[in-house]
Amino acid sequence: MVRRRTSPLVVGAVLAFGAVLTAFPFFWMLTTSLKPLAESYTYPPTVIPSTVTLLSYLRLFRDFDFGRYLVNTVVVVLIGFIGMFFVAMAGYGFAKFRFRGKGFLFLLVLSTMMVPIQVTMIPTYLILNSLHLTNTLVGIALPTLVSAFNIFLFRQFMTTIPDELLEAARLDGAGELRILWSIVLPISKPILAVGGVLTFITGWNSFIWPLIIANDQQNYTLSVGISLLNKQLAINPPLQMAGASLMVIPIVIVFVIFQRYIVQGFTMSGLK
Amino acid sequence: MTVTAARQEARSRLVAFRPPRLRTSLVPYVLVGPALLLLVTFSVLSIFVAAAVSLTNLDISGLANFGAVRFIGLGNYQTMFSDPAFWEALGNTAFFVLIGVPTLVIGSLIIAIALNFSRSRFFRALRAFYFVPAITAIVAISLIWGNLYNSQFGLLNWLLSLIGRDPVQWLTDPTIAKLSVALVAIWRGSGLDIIIFLAALQAIPPEYYEAAAVDGANEWQKIFRITVPLMRFAIFFVTVTTLISWMQFFDEPYVLTQGGPVHATTSMSLYIYQQGFRYDEFGFASAASIVLFAIIAIVTALQLRARLESDA
Repeated sequence: MVRRRTSPLVVGAVLAFGAVLTAFPFFWMLTTSLKPLAESYTYPPTVIPSTVTLLSYLRLFRDFDFGRYLVNTVVVVLIGFIGMFFVAMAGYGFAKFRFRGKGFLFLLVLSTMMVPIQVTMIPTYLILNSLHLTNTLVGIALPTLVSAFNIFLFRQFMTTIPDELLEAARLDGAGELRILWSIVLPISKPILAVGGVLTFITGWNSFIWPLIIANDQQNYTLSVGISLLNKQLAINPPLQMAGASLMVIPIVIVFVIFQRYIVQGFTMSGLK
Repeated sequence: MTVTAARQEARSRLVAFRPPRLRTSLVPYVLVGPALLLLVTFSVLSIFVAAAVSLTNLDISGLANFGAVRFIGLGNYQTMFSDPAFWEALGNTAFFVLIGVPTLVIGSLIIAIALNFSRSRFFRALRAFYFVPAITAIVAISLIWGNLYNSQFGLLNWLLSLIGRDPVQWLTDPTIAKLSVALVAIWRGSGLDIIIFLAALQAIPPEYYEAAAVDGANEWQKIFRITVPLMRFAIFFVTVTTLISWMQFFDEPYVLTQGGPVHATTSMSLYIYQQGFRYDEFGFASAASIVLFAIIAIVTALQLRARLESDA
């Protein structure tokens, strides 16, 4: 009996210690980003900055082009949301219609999940190049515009929509697009939330496609811009950490707000 | 009465009539089409393009002038197999897989079981800490760790000096650099695996544990006799997906070390990227990517088969 009461405490303490260790790099990122350059080089390092300055954040926008990178990243994310509409359409099609080749096409969708990015890297570049879409934001967003996994999620959810509801709407003379827009999508809000959060994370964090597709600074996203900070001749830790914070903080905010949905989305990815 | 009956009949005929017409209509194809077109273009078509390009000498000049591209058969594959850097990249990838996958699968399982130990608010709050690395940008994460690893002013070496140890060359010693890069990927990868394990843990009916408690089982027995056996599928799933992602290991070495020092952290993916986009040897890089794809496909198929056999 004594054991049963003490063990959650011990486990909790160990887990809390692990959580602090896991979170520490983010804490270090924030405090370093607020240090003056000279202090970031001092030895021994200071964990809490003795002087707090926002200069590094200012420099990202003033001396570097992070304002543009931020806008580009937001545009890529927004294009991703258009992609989510295609995903919803496809999910609805697979969930609620019977048509020739459906089984094969759905299998085709699922099989694309197994193709590694390294194989698609060069062909995608060649395909986008022949479409004159390299070095454009659309080109950056296009390879990940539609996620097979999200189609799967949407199909699973939309299968639960009652057929009678759709039939009733058809009898009332509603067109298919209207049914999708004013019946199917409003019912699908929970799955749209999961898909939306996953789409945001994918677009915001996307690194390899902007790296390959964007050749000139005009089209860089935050992730590419930040990786360039690593190649600066003189290492500037506060500047690097300010850049990292700029990428991490919005994701953490989204995560805190939508934690439930993210966990749900990952869970569905795992075991259904 | 007859009027209603007639109306009902008309309606039911309508209902019965309309769906077949819809089923043969273009509607579902229009719905599925755009998404399918994109997926097929960027993944199915890609494999064929990669396979075809791997048999040519396509490079940056060939891109401007397709007439200059020549079919060279298996030439790229021959050059690759005689390139020591290719074998080193393959060896490094094997090293990363052998270090990373067991650590992640076992570590995440332990953490997930511990997090599932209590349903209290404190334990729920702790979860978020373990999840966050999984959703943050790898580029940002690598910069942060690069700073911690820095050999002159980094925090880790300072901590070592506190306990009287000599500074470690985290990213410049070939062997240590491999481990340092792997550590970052383990830290980042654990969140996703923990989420999947937690979901599986919560699906285990509590009655099993209650029955075990009645029989006098202690916590360890519950873990090894109930939890782990019931988690077999989740463990299998996490192992397969983690293995696939580590065979594709790319971002951490790309940002932290650029594959150095002297190729020590160059994974297969990084090798493909460098051949393709640093040296612009698209044909050669495609050949390497086909080899990696074949390895991943074979390893995954072997695992699936082992699983089917163990179930049978």
